[in-house]
Amino acid sequence: MRTAFINQLIQEARNNPSIFLIVGDLGFSVVEPFAEEFPDRFLNAGVAEQNMTGIAAGLAIEGYTVFTYSIGNFPTLRCMEQIRYDVCYHNLNVKIVAVGGGYAYGPLGASHHATEELGMLRTIPNLIVCAPGDPIETRAVTSAIIKHTGPCYLRLGKAGEPIVHQNELEIGIGKMLPVIEGKETAILSTGAMLKYTYDYIEDNKLKWGLYSFPFIKPLDLEGLKIIAENYRKIITIEEHQKSSGFGSAILEGYNDLEESKKISKRPEIKRIAIPDQFVSVAGKQEYLRKLYKIKL
Amino acid sequence: MSKKNSEEFAKKIRLKTIEMVYKAKASHVGGALSMVDILAALYSGILKYNPRKPKWNERDRFLLSKGHACTSLYATLALSGFFDVAELDNYAKDGSIFLSHASHKIQGVELSTGSLGHALPVGCGLALAAKRKNEKHRIFILLSDGELDEGSNWEAILFAPKHNLDNLTIIIDYNKIQSLGNVKDVLDLEPLSGKLKAFNWQTIEIDGHNHEQIFNALSTLPKQKGIPTAIIAHTIKGKGVDFMESKLLWHYKSPNDEDFRNAIKQIE
Ligand SMILES: Cc1ncc(C[n+]2csc(CCOP(=O)(O)OP(=O)(O)O)c2C)c(N)n1
Ligand SMILES: [Mg+2]
Repeated sequence: MRTAFINQLIQEARNNPSIFLIVGDLGFSVVEPFAEEFPDRFLNAGVAEQNMTGIAAGLAIEGYTVFTYSIGNFPTLRCMEQIRYDVCYHNLNVKIVAVGGGYAYGPLGASHHATEELGMLRTIPNLIVCAPGDPIETRAVTSAIIKHTGPCYLRLGKAGEPIVHQNELEIGIGKMLPVIEGKETAILSTGAMLKYTYDYIEDNKLKWGLYSFPFIKPLDLEGLKIIAENYRKIITIEEHQKSSGFGSAILEGYNDLEESKKISKRPEIKRIAIPDQFVSVAGKQEYLRKLYKIKL
Repeated sequence: MSKKNSEEFAKKIRLKTIEMVYKAKASHVGGALSMVDILAALYSGILKYNPRKPKWNERDRFLLSKGHACTSLYATLALSGFFDVAELDNYAKDGSIFLSHASHKIQGVELSTGSLGHALPVGCGLALAAKRKNEKHRIFILLSDGELDEGSNWEAILFAPKHNLDNLTIIIDYNKIQSLGNVKDVLDLEPLSGKLKAFNWQTIEIDGHNHEQIFNALSTLPKQKGIPTAIIAHTIKGKGVDFMESKLLWHYKSPNDEDFRNAIKQIE
């Protein structure tokens, strides 16, 4: 996903002279082509994420479309107040990118597990929160958030995620993507859980539906309404704490749809997510997902 | 222990570190090797500790702020008797407590670190607690040069002298390389000693691979009563293996079979 992201960013930057990339001393063997092609629109701010985000806000005030880039919790939790107050309160055109969502950096430990940021970030007004599911979604979402003027967060996996969608796609802000049409049960997946979920349905020859949600905020309420009309049961899946994550957002969405009488009755909803615990053992991504039953 | 013993000890730590990184196909060997001589000196005569009682209250507290370099700390702790050397074989394996960033679930590791710029503020808390409780143990924090980019460190650097934390010593592993370039090109720290002095610290500059200099600096603390000490240790990233030395690549790369054999041969 990070390769898909940087390639898309380079492509966009060729036609959009406002795009600026700041990294927090990270991006080895990823960001070099951007730095070489656009040296005056690239900066390594050092291991200093609060400063990086403040600088991004300043550049955005002066008209740049600024991407900040680091891994795990460093571009988000470490500088949460700069994000909330400098970037989002002033509604600035800053795009925050984190590589290594969920347990992608499993063996590196809790410092590198990005498992709370979706919940924390989606409470901040003005901020768009994205977690694309494969490299194709990553390209489409990158392009969409550049078109949108305002703060966005982009959660990526690492490198080498398999492709799920057959064809390149375009996506509007806040839209979900139907992947498999089915019946009875629909799986709602966000971020890098997509491939696992897709394979599970295919391998077990299930008749379930699968919907990918590259946007956790704003949530596709129209899409949720259609899903509710076609399925009895919903399962949400995410590599994130259960509390306040993607599944919580879906629950809230259905509650609001019910309250505003857009649907008569919400479907049964099961949430698969991390059960309010830290991991303190090493483990590859697949191992840690199994440990916390992030599986169907 | 003597300087000679600590040099021997450093050799053993290097060998074990390289083996761990090789077996686990892990990163960060460069930064693990640059601090080995400092660790060897600390654990062979400077720090007060009891491996059978890792939480003994009178122990000196050692915090590794650059948690990504934990392999050489784990090796040092095992070789110092905190746990069995064989346990290092679990490093980075599924289900193991030997995370590839320093983990406080391991005997002898005081604080989990891996997000840079956290240990020095915590160390100020430990030092302040010792002062308030009139306890005599000391606090040592090992920092990297790259992490001095973090504002949190400079907040703590401002704090410690104000509160007369002379029981606190920081050692800076000044290996001149960070994650995406040379320190002087990313955010130059110089004049580093001048900056620390201006923040009211006592400073000492040493060759961080010269055991005599390390021992001299660490055995005469605090340099001045009432004032914290900063030891700027000039080091070489990847020290001990010629093809790793001062190469950014070895922040990431893990040794293949041939690299491994070469590295071991050079150190033995
Ligand atoms: C807050 C934070 N930001 C970014 C990182 C990613 N990171 C890991 S090591 C490193 C820098 C490595 O250079 P240095 O700090 O000088 O360590 P050393 O040379 O001793 O290995 C970075 C940026 C991190 N661990 N924590
Ligand atoms: Mg360094």
